[in-house]
Amino acid sequence: MKRLKLLFASSIGKKFVAAVTGLIMFGFLLGHAAGHMKIFTGAGADGVPHIDHYGQFLKDFGAPALPPMIALWGARLMLLGSVILHVVAVLMLSDQNKKARPVDYVKKKRAAASPAALYMMVTGTLILAFIVLHILHFTTGNLPMLGKHVHGEVYNNMARSFSQWWVAIPYLIMMVIIGFHLYHGVWSLFQTLGLDNPDRNALLRGFAIVFAIGVTATFCLIPLSFMFGGEPAVDNEGMNRIYEYTHDKLSSH
Amino acid sequence: MKIKLHVWRQENEKAKGKMESYDLDGVTPDMSFLEMMDLLNEKLIGESIEPVAFDHDCREGVCGACSMVVNGEAHGPQRETTTCQLYMRHFNDGAEIYVEPWRSAAFPVVRDLTVDRSAFDRIIQAGGFISNHSGPKPEPNSIPIEPGVAETALDAASCIGCGACVAACPNGSAMLFTAAKVSHLGMLPQGQTERYDRVKNMTTQMEEEGFGSCRNYAECEAQCPKGISIAFIGRMNSDYLKASLAEPVDRRGKMHAQ
Ligand code: HEM
Ligand code: FES
Repeated sequence: MKRLKLLFASSIGKKFVAAVTGLIMFGFLLGHAAGHMKIFTGAGADGVPHIDHYGQFLKDFGAPALPPMIALWGARLMLLGSVILHVVAVLMLSDQNKKARPVDYVKKKRAAASPAALYMMVTGTLILAFIVLHILHFTTGNLPMLGKHVHGEVYNNMARSFSQWWVAIPYLIMMVIIGFHLYHGVWSLFQTLGLDNPDRNALLRGFAIVFAIGVTATFCLIPLSFMFGGEPAVDNEGMNRIYEYTHDKLSSH
Repeated sequence: MKIKLHVWRQENEKAKGKMESYDLDGVTPDMSFLEMMDLLNEKLIGESIEPVAFDHDCREGVCGACSMVVNGEAHGPQRETTTCQLYMRHFNDGAEIYVEPWRSAAFPVVRDLTVDRSAFDRIIQAGGFISNHSGPKPEPNSIPIEPGVAETALDAASCIGCGACVAACPNGSAMLFTAAKVSHLGMLPQGQTERYDRVKNMTTQMEEEGFGSCRNYAECEAQCPKGISIAFIGRMNSDYLKASLAEPVDRRGKMHAQ
């Protein structure tokens, strides 16, 4: 504990915290994106979309050893902790950086820094706002004006929201912003953790580029497919659904 | 050549400075940037204007004194070149050139373009000593060092401590300087004994001086007149994390049996 306190007192330690929490959130994004590809696999024999089963699977994860929702809440708390630590660390760093140059240059020219790196704070702040809205929208269902929300109807909730262009387009923009954050962040974390070296650098850069574009592109498929009919859209009342089912077909708790 | 200069003028550390513009005629392409500044000063003295104060010493790219941000880049637009080795042929006739001091809370402006870089000296001092044999001169090959390691340590040691990394960094961070100084000893066998204390002490001093933090922009590497790689920063991070998380806590004086 004392070691961690000392570590956090230095900027290298704060960056270490930002890198580890960034890596955890990046890992989550990979799983989240992969899980969402279930919207393209259709429905089970019971007429319930695979993605709805997947949602239920996450709720039941760890059963029967663990009661339902426990593993899910464990993961949620870990992610919440990561977001909080990441934000606290980067805010403290950014404060330190502002103090380090009280008088700025009249003429500025960048020789190497990428826009992704220069705008980490901007993309990060937008991501934070997005995380809050996204949870209110699809997890708790507190934003019915974006599309009617029924707990457990993962597929239809998405279909109802994303068939409206004014919901889909901001989501698409947000995914590109996340891509920028990852483009710099996923490379930068290796440098922060001291895992970078000249022999590996090109590989790590490539890794960051592939995953930044990959995560963004994969998530973009979702709103796009609902907008452009790859996946059937439903109207706001949830009529004309392709998958007619009732929630109790899913094992409920 | 005729050029238009915009130079930062500041009376002393406390004074509020501002950019002043000067037209300068008679510049030749084979003048170095500092010779051009000398020409400007001669002109200013002729007009009874206080000449521009700037640091310089060797004028051959080895001492690191010539600290100037030229057109927004530390040591100007030429890569791996100090201001004293920058020539006016790198600029067009009629060019507008902005000349500013290093901007950092840890490097207060003393006057005009001169800044106080003693923060760097204190980081070096915090590095302390190395434990080394100090008798008669040892046989040179008695400690074998792999050539690749020796070369990399020399790359780190080529840092001239000019402060361009701090000036170039959008965050005003001194990580490249500190990493170079930590690494050139940390990579060699002679530097192993104090390796982990050294990285902790030097980075602690670096924080205390008020430098910013590293965001891995790589701007320092691009503007470093010696082309020192940010790979040394990764190496220092690794040493620092090992020192903080894995190395045993210093318990000297607190060891009691039972
Ligand atoms: C999906 C969520 C997020 C992921 C995957 C993520 C990932 C990362 C990663 C991997 C880094 C690199 C760390 C390093 O350089 O070692 C980073 C840096 C950063 N993140 Fe995030 N981040 C996320 C959310 C946020 C949020 C909500 C903010 C809010 C302010 C933020 C602001 C920043 C900033 C400012 C940096 C640069 C820190 C520095 O180097 O000074 N990020 N992020
Ligand atoms: S004056 Fe010595 S390096 Fe430029």
